[in-house]
Order: sequence, then structure tokens, then C-alpha cells
Amino acid sequence: MIEPTGSAKAQLDAKFSELYKAHLRDVYSYSFYRVGNHHDAEDLTEQTFLQAYRHFERALRESDGRPLRPWLIRIAHNLAANLYRDRARRPQSPLDESAPIAAAHTTEELVAGRDELKRVLEGVELLPDDRREALIMRFALGMDNREIARALGRTDGATKVLIHRAIKQLESLVAMGEAD
Amino acid sequence: MGEAINLELLLHRALAPVEPPERLASQLAATLQSITDMAAEELEGWELASMRDPRNWVRPAAALVVGTAAGGALVLLRARQRHRDRPASSIGELRDRAAETAQDFADEARRLLDSR
Repeated sequence: MIEPTGSAKAQLDAKFSELYKAHLRDVYSYSFYRVGNHHDAEDLTEQTFLQAYRHFERALRESDGRPLRPWLIRIAHNLAANLYRDRARRPQSPLDESAPIAAAHTTEELVAGRDELKRVLEGVELLPDDRREALIMRFALGMDNREIARALGRTDGATKVLIHRAIKQLESLVAMGEAD
Repeated sequence: MGEAINLELLLHRALAPVEPPERLASQLAATLQSITDMAAEELEGWELASMRDPRNWVRPAAALVVGTAAGGALVLLRARQRHRDRPASSIGELRDRAAETAQDFADEARRLLDSR
């Protein structure tokens, strides 16, 4: 491998800095919904960017101008999988109820929609991993099918089907929750 | 269909993006900066240390020896070939050939040194 020279290294660092500023929230959001608490989400976000920094030059070369967000999310996805393997558990507690919902909605909305949102979040938690992740990428990060496909290492078609099935399954889960 | 649209709206609200804590951004920036600094210092340190440590001279020295040996062998081959073409008939001629071969070695050595 050819080591970058001083100025090339500075350019690379500047590009990485842009990437980091542009996607810190995405990586953090993904991490939070994936691991279910702020403490682990911070660790996962930090590890993701450190790993991304190590492989940034190669990723940049191989991306051929395509956005690097799916690559970043894929790193977070792999690290989260390792985290679960190491701890041999799923998140111990459901998503911190305080943060994302409270941050995004007014009190009135919370009172009116809290049960509904809670049921949706509980349903998301019950989905198989790949379906849950696809929904997090779509709705929390606003990624399109192509980006999600790249992050999950699937084809565009398979990703479209995955999201469709995830929503269908979630509908049933929420409906079952309403019936209880 | 209406329900599906509702569910998507609910998903947008339930899975709203989460702002990272402010200290995370500065903490991460500081970590990356220190890694960059450490990497640069390590590289500089390694280069200097490697030149001071005689164990790291082996590779370039071996390359020089191999290159010189290969050059020397080439000179001898050329000399033998030339001598096969025209056998020596006198002491004077043998002396001339020895001088030719020595000249070839000198030329080869000069060529090797110029190429480094």
C-alpha cells in the first residue's frame, strides 16, 4: 500500500472530518436504536468512526464517488453484531423512553400519541434483526432502498422485499397490541 | 392502505433521529486528532530509529551484495564467452584479456553505483 504524503494525508483528514460532521447524527441514531441505550450508543458511535478512520483511504478509493453513509452504517452494524455476540444478549432494556420521543415531540403530542408510538416501538423491537435494522435505516436515517441495500450487503430488490415484509409484520404486531 | 400510511407516519415519529450528546462530538474529534498526531510521531520515530539500528541495514546491504554479485557474474560470463570465441595464444594476449576483464568489472561496478 502506498502511504499518503503529508499534504495528501491532510486532505484525507479534512475529508474524513467532513464525513464525520455530516454523519455523526446518523451513526448515533442508528446505534441508539440498535443497542437501546445512550451509553452503548456512544461507545458504538466512537468505535464506528475510529474503524472508519482506519479504512477511510481505501473506502474513498473504492467508493467511486458514491456516498459513504451506507459504508459507515455497515461498520456500525457489524460492530453492534459483535457487541451482542460478546455479551450474548439483546438489549437488556427497551429503548430509553426519555430521549428520542421526548426530543422530537411536544408534550401534547406525547400525551395523545404516546401509547401508539410505544406500541410501534415495541413492535419494532419484536421484529427479526434484519427487518428491524431496515426500518431503522429507512425511518430514523431516511436512507433509500439503494443505500440500505449497500449497508446490509443485499440487492436492491431483496431490500425492497425486506422493508415491505417488515412493515407488514409490524402492522400485525401493532394490531395485536391494540387488541390486547 | 390507509393503515399502512398511518404506520409509516408513526414510524417516522417513533424512530425520530437522535441528536448525539455535544461532548461526544468533541470527544471523538479529540481522539481522532490524537491518533493522527501519534501516527505521525510514530512514523518519524520509526524512520529515525530504523536507520540507527544496524539490524535494519541488513536488507539494503543484502540488496547491494546481491546486485553486485549478479553484476560480477555477468562480467565473468561475458569474459568467458569472449575468450571462447578467440583462444589466447601468448602470455601477452592473456595479460590483455585479464586487463579487459578488470575493465569490465570496473564498468559494471560504475553502472551499479550509478543506478543506486
